[in-house]
Amino acid sequence: MSAAILGAAVFAAQVMLAAAMGCAALRLAWGPRAQDRVLALDTLYVNAAMLLLVFGIRSGSTHYFEAALIIALLGFVATAALAKFLMRGEVIEQ
Amino acid sequence: MSGAEDLPLWAALPVAALLIAGAALGLIGSIGLVRLRDFYERVHAPTLATTLGIGFILLASMLHFSVLQSRPVLHELLITAFVVITTPVTLMVLARAALTRDRREGEPNVPPAGTGRQP
Amino acid sequence: MTRLLPYPVAAAAMLLAWLLLIGSAGPGAVLLGLLFAAGGAWLLAVLGVPPGRLRRVAAASRLLGIVLVEVFRSNNAVARIILARRDARERRSGFVRVRLEMRSQYGLAALACILTATPGTVWVDYDARDGTMLLHVLDLIDEEEWVRIIKDRWERRLMEIFE
Repeated sequence: MSAAILGAAVFAAQVMLAAAMGCAALRLAWGPRAQDRVLALDTLYVNAAMLLLVFGIRSGSTHYFEAALIIALLGFVATAALAKFLMRGEVIEQ
Repeated sequence: MSGAEDLPLWAALPVAALLIAGAALGLIGSIGLVRLRDFYERVHAPTLATTLGIGFILLASMLHFSVLQSRPVLHELLITAFVVITTPVTLMVLARAALTRDRREGEPNVPPAGTGRQP
Repeated sequence: MTRLLPYPVAAAAMLLAWLLLIGSAGPGAVLLGLLFAAGGAWLLAVLGVPPGRLRRVAAASRLLGIVLVEVFRSNNAVARIILARRDARERRSGFVRVRLEMRSQYGLAALACILTATPGTVWVDYDARDGTMLLHVLDLIDEEEWVRIIKDRWERRLMEIFE
């Protein structure tokens, strides 16, 4: 019983998070400006971390936790670096 | 679904509810990223995912593994603390970068730099 | 105490993070964690990070509770805005400039984090010369209202804690 409930919830959560990643990817492709793309990339990172945690619950293994932590770390560093880069204005807008 | 059979129903229900709520908030945030009109509005959208969205999923994960392993599994708190501290920083830096760029390009709809006047 | 171990709160947080990461509180983990925490605190001292003073722990925890409630409330509000029909009602977003009395750096940082972490408001800029901050609000109905919210709900409480 509980396995069925949890299985359905995990499946629904995975579908929703995949759709969320799709939306973020859409914004990443559309832009229109560089800051929109960086924001979309940041959202993509967060959604990926959430998806990994759901994978962890599905497989019953805590190893996915480390992966989620690393994705969150990388997402922060990448976004901060890209934002800094935008601020200095060395990216020429097309 | 390894291990899920061992999860009692009283734990499975809140875990399922938290998972769905968290994923739904993540999805709504990303929909906002697509739907809202300009960059400064879109900056608000991912905060849904990075506050309650990931918070609910981390709570679900903590509850799930704590009940399964019958000991408190709290390392998810690390991700919580990390996300809570870093998200405002990235969004602030990004908003400031966008503002700087818009000012440099003479965008009319952004406020000018502070006047530096004393009150 | 501060000479022996500078930044005791930060060091304790580092030790706690280490223990959580390892997932045990055995003597080996604690010993290694203490070593890392001392190293981290020493690094902060070398970098010359100004020590913050957290006064009134009770007030800080009360503030945390208010932030949590506010996060729930504004998550709901922003989710409604995102899912609303585009032509359902006229919504205006925009910038608000607020003059702050707070000058404590840690207080300002805490205010920035609180405002950005609650959906619907993003701290954009701070001008140290005239002490004003620029805020972007997703659902801007009344600018005066927002100035009052920031002053009464957050700034007053943060000044109590940090100044």
